[in-house]
Amino acid sequence: MKVSYFPGCTLKNKAKDLDVYARKAAEVLGVTLEEIENWQCCGGVFSTARDEVATKLSSVRALKEAGSKNQPLVTVCSACHNVIKQTNHAMQTDKEFASKVNNYMADGAYAGETEVYHYLEMLRDVVGYEEVKKKVVNSFKGKKIAAYYGCLLLRPNGVMKMDDPENPSIMEDFISAIGATPVVYAKRNECCGGYIAMESPELAKKNSNAVIENAKAAGAEMIITACPLCRYNLIKNGADIPVVYFTELLAEALGVKEDTNGK
Amino acid sequence: MENKYLQEELIRISGVNPKKCMRCGKCSATCPAYDEMEYHPHQFVNMVESGDIEPLLASKSLYRCLSCFACIDRCPRGVEPAKLVEAVRLAAIRKQGANHLTADKVPAMLDEDIPQQAIVSAFRKYSK
Repeated sequence: MKVSYFPGCTLKNKAKDLDVYARKAAEVLGVTLEEIENWQCCGGVFSTARDEVATKLSSVRALKEAGSKNQPLVTVCSACHNVIKQTNHAMQTDKEFASKVNNYMADGAYAGETEVYHYLEMLRDVVGYEEVKKKVVNSFKGKKIAAYYGCLLLRPNGVMKMDDPENPSIMEDFISAIGATPVVYAKRNECCGGYIAMESPELAKKNSNAVIENAKAAGAEMIITACPLCRYNLIKNGADIPVVYFTELLAEALGVKEDTNGK
Repeated sequence: MENKYLQEELIRISGVNPKKCMRCGKCSATCPAYDEMEYHPHQFVNMVESGDIEPLLASKSLYRCLSCFACIDRCPRGVEPAKLVEAVRLAAIRKQGANHLTADKVPAMLDEDIPQQAIVSAFRKYSK
């Protein structure tokens, strides 16, 4: 099947591994990620203010383009997913906001018809973890891996509707599907500090350290994430176990990992 | 120092009804930026409700919210304090010349690994 794909700004730059391995793995699983033409950056964070319009137009344009091909829109970056799904929800539920947005759209009204999936949701709900399991050629059997959800993947739950926000399993089930043992720990859905790394590195350090220490105390040998900023904060702030994108492990498990060297 | 117009605007823009708050403090208890905040999420709700908005507009607390949505999801009454923090922050930075982050300050904040996501997010939150 073909789906529309929104890579996002960071996946074209500092997080190329997150993107490249997502594409390679999807091909093995029978899904083609068709990159949206002329996509624009989602902005990284969703503004909950109902009168913020201009900052949400890029998301709506991407949603409309996917919709025009009758395809779901798939993202792999936690931040893009959060922004685009929340924008789509606002288009469905806030008529006044939707009307203002549609004034900027060239061709017709959009009311949130496009389905938005995170890549993990695509694995779970479209491909199916059982299918993933069948395609694994390099099992991670015996490896203890901690899933780091951070803040953006699951919240706000009323909009994201991805998993139980306080007791999630979508990443743990992914870890099991590639043969490894998931490590569950309390801080897996607490914030690393995010963009505060720009102006208060101390706060990012405190939050990130708490996540790393908690995962290690629970026995983790590796941490996986879907968010470039989570990965940066954890590595920058003293992670002494590998912190990798889940797509890299998926590509390795499926036998299509080559060293991209960040290219 | 009551400011009726601003209070109504903040409530309209955020969609938050501060009167739903029952003062349980769970939002502040779960806030990952609590220690660095002068006014905490529950205080944003209470102070907007009472019209005591000027101290919030001037507070660095506006730039410590991480937009992690923890207080939004964990509030037992669905008050969603972070939406109010966002509205107050916008009321502050939308004024001419009031951007909290300007481009000339950015290079000093970067290292070679920092993802673009951090920079665009900071601009979305701190500048108009």
